Amino acid sequence: MNEKILINARIIDPSQQMDEKGSLIVDENGKVKAIGKDVKKIDISSSTEIIDLKNNILIPGIVDMKAFVGEPGYEYKENFRTLSHAALAGGVTSIVTMPNTKPLIDNVSMVDFIIRRGRDKASVNLFPSATLTRETEGKQMTEFGLLSAKGVVGFTDVVKAVQSTETMAKIMDYASDIGVLIMQHAEDYELSKSGCINEGEVSTRLGLQGISYIAEKIIIERDLCLLNEFPCRYHINQISSKESLEVIKRNKENGLNFTVGVSINNLSLNENDIGDFKTFLKVSPPLRLEDDRLSLVEGIKSGLIDVIVSDHTPEDEEGKRLPFAQAASGAIGIETLLPLALEMHHNESLPLNKIIETLTINPAKILKINKGTLKKGAEADMCVFDLDAPWIIKADLLKSKSKNTAVEERKVQGKVLMTFLNGELAFKS
Amino acid sequence: MAVKKNTLAVKDQPKHLLGIQNLTIQEAKDILDEAKIFIKLNRSASKKSDILRGKTQINLFFEPSTRTQSSFDLAGKRLGADVMTMNVANSALKKGETLMDTAMTLNAMHPDIIVIRHQDSGAPNLLSQKVNCTVINAGDGWREHPTQALLDALTIINRKGKIEGLKIAICGDILHSRVARSNIYLMNMLGAEVNVVAPKTLMPKSIERLGVKSFTNMKKGLDGCDIVMMLRLQNERMQGSFLPSKREYYEFYGLTSEKLKFADKDALIMHPGPMNRGVEIDTKLADDINVSLVKEQVELGVAVRMACLKMYCKK
Repeated sequence: MNEKILINARIIDPSQQMDEKGSLIVDENGKVKAIGKDVKKIDISSSTEIIDLKNNILIPGIVDMKAFVGEPGYEYKENFRTLSHAALAGGVTSIVTMPNTKPLIDNVSMVDFIIRRGRDKASVNLFPSATLTRETEGKQMTEFGLLSAKGVVGFTDVVKAVQSTETMAKIMDYASDIGVLIMQHAEDYELSKSGCINEGEVSTRLGLQGISYIAEKIIIERDLCLLNEFPCRYHINQISSKESLEVIKRNKENGLNFTVGVSINNLSLNENDIGDFKTFLKVSPPLRLEDDRLSLVEGIKSGLIDVIVSDHTPEDEEGKRLPFAQAASGAIGIETLLPLALEMHHNESLPLNKIIETLTINPAKILKINKGTLKKGAEADMCVFDLDAPWIIKADLLKSKSKNTAVEERKVQGKVLMTFLNGELAFKS
Repeated sequence: MAVKKNTLAVKDQPKHLLGIQNLTIQEAKDILDEAKIFIKLNRSASKKSDILRGKTQINLFFEPSTRTQSSFDLAGKRLGADVMTMNVANSALKKGETLMDTAMTLNAMHPDIIVIRHQDSGAPNLLSQKVNCTVINAGDGWREHPTQALLDALTIINRKGKIEGLKIAICGDILHSRVARSNIYLMNMLGAEVNVVAPKTLMPKSIERLGVKSFTNMKKGLDGCDIVMMLRLQNERMQGSFLPSKREYYEFYGLTSEKLKFADKDALIMHPGPMNRGVEIDTKLADDINVSLVKEQVELGVAVRMACLKMYCKK
């Protein structure tokens, strides 16, 4: 690979508090050689490829902490190849894959499979997670030590929460010793049982069983109480309500160390968008009130929420074309993550740098992976986007194998122009 | 030319009766006016008309039902339609065929009307997107039961002469009741004041946003009401954590002649049936023809459904 220089870029890299006009040189090994306003074309040799970014924005490749690949078992929904295409088109270069496949990723041989299969078929960086408990039954913890040694970055039961307080206490106690990351889906099943949307006016009108915010809050309260006793690396996958945020605020103020994620769905939609039973907007945790959405945005601003995830959940039409209560949960989102996140910049509710931080360096830090940064020496995973370019999201044009987007026909601003992986151009619009 | 094309397209689209929420006030009034004509027909010696002759009506019942199903059956037959009733409780749907597949199968038989009862809220809406015929909702989940609300309105008008200005209490398991929701929408539209009365565990969240006052106390909730609508308390609700016991429920929420005194002196009682005597209503009170409209509700139900079938069936 030739050395290349990206010139005329507005570089935003929150890992080094950088937001400046400048250039970036990628060396022949695909690593960042130099970055910033002081890098000039003069610094390069004659063989260097020059790419003019025309004042568009250059950021580290996005790190998505929560995406579902259909492999193994659900190849008809998504596979490594289609997920990679969708990710790169969305500026995402690193993905934490969810373990709720068929079979589940809950043992060493499955992790081997994922890593090998990913190496052959995927064209993005994959960071596998494994289940927190065997069979996601919430009873017995998986082999945290052995699985971590194989390359698992975190442990989660994805759409399930460990219900037993005893099991959770043991998990956290054990995890605190070996230093693995626990990623909890906060939902009390007894409270959320058969619920499918937020409990409130919309559930009353649609005649659907609601899920109270208490179902989420109570698990967060419980886990944080345990965390106080067993300080481990603890991350809440996605929160959805104002009330959860209050619990988080109180605990963070008390000095407890943990991290929090939010799905782009809960940041860009609210329960009213469900309208007349739109099953594509059935997601978990559910969309809640506009007031909740605003609180979540505020939570990012104040640093209570650390990361934004796509919660990319491909589902085929069969699974969605059912009465609402029976329909599958989840929406695809990896390709639309950045433009939707940029809405919060365009409507002036979040600073651009904060948005980029939650998509790059913050998840990388939580995962303890060397991504989300363009510091000298880092692998040059990069995303170039036009901040203002308007476009309309159309499911048919998205690259995921499944087309269950929750934001069909949404008008957005901000378009990914190029995505680089290890210094190589991997996507160009 | 383009304009003409559009009107045709609209005309070709069948109308559906999915819920009171989708009706305009005028549409609701038109159905009630039409139904009044059918009350007379149903009381005459020859009850048959040929308004829907040559039309096919399929009753698709995913939930067991006696009243609503027989009422729709009779209504279609009296209008001269060919009526077929499918009890899906023991058909292919149990074998894993989806609602959509069944819909497509039935649609291929060119029915003019499908009457659907389904345990999932929104199922009729989904069905209506996939078939070329009229869909009439005969009750979906906890969401709506529009023909029940319409027959309740007709019953009230028949007795009280009007709905506007009346005070109506709906009491019991509001949370799980489609009848309550449809009645709240319709009675509000027609100008009544609506109270809902239920223990807190059976009261839906934010119910006030539907334009009602909510009470947990029968005395306060019934105060000055002209109509007291009781809802069925399903047995399975008694076994969950909603209520302590039948006895306690009856004590505080069961309608007795003592509790009825909280309402207006001329208050009348309604119940969508089937009744749990001794649970939500005192058995003697339920049969007291001076105050109970239960039988009339059933009678007028046929007339209302005839009106709906007539008005919604594609010509």
